[in-house]
Amino acid sequence: MTTILPTPTGSSSTRTGQVRLAVRGLRKVFADDPRPALEMLRRGATKAEVLQRLNVNVGVAEAGFEIRAGEIFVIMGLSGSGKSTIVRLLNRLIEPSEGEIRLDGRDLTGLSYSELVDVLRRDMSMVFQSFALLPNRTALENAAFGLEVAGVKRRERREMALAALARVGLADYADRYPDELSGGMQQRVGLARALAKNPTIMLMDEAFSALDPLIRGDMQEELLRLQREDARTIVFISHDAEEAMRIADRIAVMQDGRIVQIGSPAEILRAPANDYVRAFFRGVDASRVLRARDLARPPDDGTAGEPARFRYRVDAAGHFRGVLAGDGASALFGLEPVAADTPIPAILGRVAAAPCPLPVVEADGRFVGVISRAALLAALDRGEDAGREARHG
Amino acid sequence: MADAAILDIDWLSETIGGGIARGSEWLVTAILDHGQPALTLIAAAVDGLGEALDGLLLGVPPWLLALVLSTVALWRVGRGFALFTLVSLCGIFVMGLWEPTVSTLGLVLASTALSLIGGVPLGIWMARSKIADGVGKTLLDLMQTMPAFVYLIPAVLFFGLGRVPGIIATVVFAMPPAVRLTALGIRQVPAELVEAGRAFGCRGHQLLFKIQLPNALPSIMAGVNQTMMMALSMIVVASMIGAGGLGNVVLQGIQRLDIGLGVQSGLAVVLLAVVLDRITQSFGRGFGPDRRRRATAGTARRRWWRR
Repeated sequence: MTTILPTPTGSSSTRTGQVRLAVRGLRKVFADDPRPALEMLRRGATKAEVLQRLNVNVGVAEAGFEIRAGEIFVIMGLSGSGKSTIVRLLNRLIEPSEGEIRLDGRDLTGLSYSELVDVLRRDMSMVFQSFALLPNRTALENAAFGLEVAGVKRRERREMALAALARVGLADYADRYPDELSGGMQQRVGLARALAKNPTIMLMDEAFSALDPLIRGDMQEELLRLQREDARTIVFISHDAEEAMRIADRIAVMQDGRIVQIGSPAEILRAPANDYVRAFFRGVDASRVLRARDLARPPDDGTAGEPARFRYRVDAAGHFRGVLAGDGASALFGLEPVAADTPIPAILGRVAAAPCPLPVVEADGRFVGVISRAALLAALDRGEDAGREARHG
Repeated sequence: MADAAILDIDWLSETIGGGIARGSEWLVTAILDHGQPALTLIAAAVDGLGEALDGLLLGVPPWLLALVLSTVALWRVGRGFALFTLVSLCGIFVMGLWEPTVSTLGLVLASTALSLIGGVPLGIWMARSKIADGVGKTLLDLMQTMPAFVYLIPAVLFFGLGRVPGIIATVVFAMPPAVRLTALGIRQVPAELVEAGRAFGCRGHQLLFKIQLPNALPSIMAGVNQTMMMALSMIVVASMIGAGGLGNVVLQGIQRLDIGLGVQSGLAVVLLAVVLDRITQSFGRGFGPDRRRRATAGTARRRWWRR
């Protein structure tokens, strides 16, 4: 088993903000009378058991999570795992059977139709896998759709929609109809439509899955750029592990209608909750996701009677001061600690060349831990290792 | 026991068959006795519409009407069809059938308008409600398959002979395609478009007018086309209760065994049908998702003008 110990600092790639969207005990069963199925689910029955016993289809068996302001929260899973249902429960395109969805503390499930419409118009946008552009409207009219529905004046919504199109690089295509645009451009219009009304929450349902890989990469880049500019709260549904690793601040993995793990990409790579999660991320290139901080582990203290070969000196404030050879006498000079944010590929050479495990420090100089050659190799090997484990059960 | 069973069946058939006969007679009598104000109102409205259209179309000089129709044909379809329209109308004029043809056109337009006023909302309702759909489908089956003569008689009882019962019987016959194709069109709007509308906070009427109807328009226009064609075929039959127009001429041809007159008037009906069919079909292509294609087709046609 691959062992990459949790780092003392935890995941600092997660931007900390206020909780915007808190979901608790959310369930959805597709039945005229949901009560027996809900009762079974509460007692821990699986989706398959409910289907078999009651012939009731379960969309979401149970989901609970909190999404913070400015976070890209990716919900992933295979088709049929309930991820597309969850995102539709969040804006009540599908009515939840049970549970609460709190947006800034206000439970959306209890809202009247009118109140819900207000929330949808003001706070939430959605981007669809199939783009869902209106074929009888130009790119500009499509981008202005949310504003039009909300009753924004013609001239004003035109300006806002044009600005949104410009942000996704389509200002020159404002008067084109969707069928005159390529798939990537159509989804940019979909993105512009979602951005135009300046929502605080964006729901993206497999938004880039229908695009070819090159365009998909561009769109992910685009999303990250937009997110750097205005830090919205984004719920992104995906079945693509690479995509999730690339854009997510945190990932929730769904299996058969339940969330089996929530964590940062590094946390999930480092400690997958079960074989399903492990298999899901098997193909992911760990070196692209992990940073120096994620591999750092406490230095070897030389337990079991054998003295440590190197000592890492840390002052009272936790700042790294230097490395001493095991005898405690001679200092190792010229050993620069590596910044915690450095991507793994950039430290390969340094770890290989260093005489001792390489110290890692945060930007403020705090000592995080060390990366030994063995730990580095084990981390890079995890994909193969996980694959072998899965094969051998 | 066996005798009793046979008796029972006789009794049953008498009760049900007789019940239906008595029931419908009772209904007609009841409407005649108590529904007079409503009948008068309907008659006045329908007659007013028919009168207005008839007067308008007959008030226009024949050459102007022919020119207008040919221009529409040129705009919507193409120059070949514009020529066909012009020649057809000239032919009808030369055969001396101009007046009944225009009168028939007026009746068809009035019936089609009334069918759409009733049919499109009914179609929308059926697309949105399962109960309305169930009831509506049965009603439409009835309207489409009930032999026309069966309701021509009560129509005469209610409204007397003339234009009004003719138009009303035609509406009964011609409305179903408008209803069915409206409902079908709305149901066929891609689910993700409806989802997009709801996700962006559409209320019910916004969903209908901004998403469902625009995307159902090609289907609805196909319904308009079918309704108009059925109205044209029915209005000829309705001449038997005095609706007037080309049907009268056809009827004269039959009564006098005048094959020439019959063929002439029949030909006029067919020519009118072709012109109306092609023009309404072109509107079906030009709306909704195909708007752009219409626009480019328009520029192509404009280029032809410049040449």
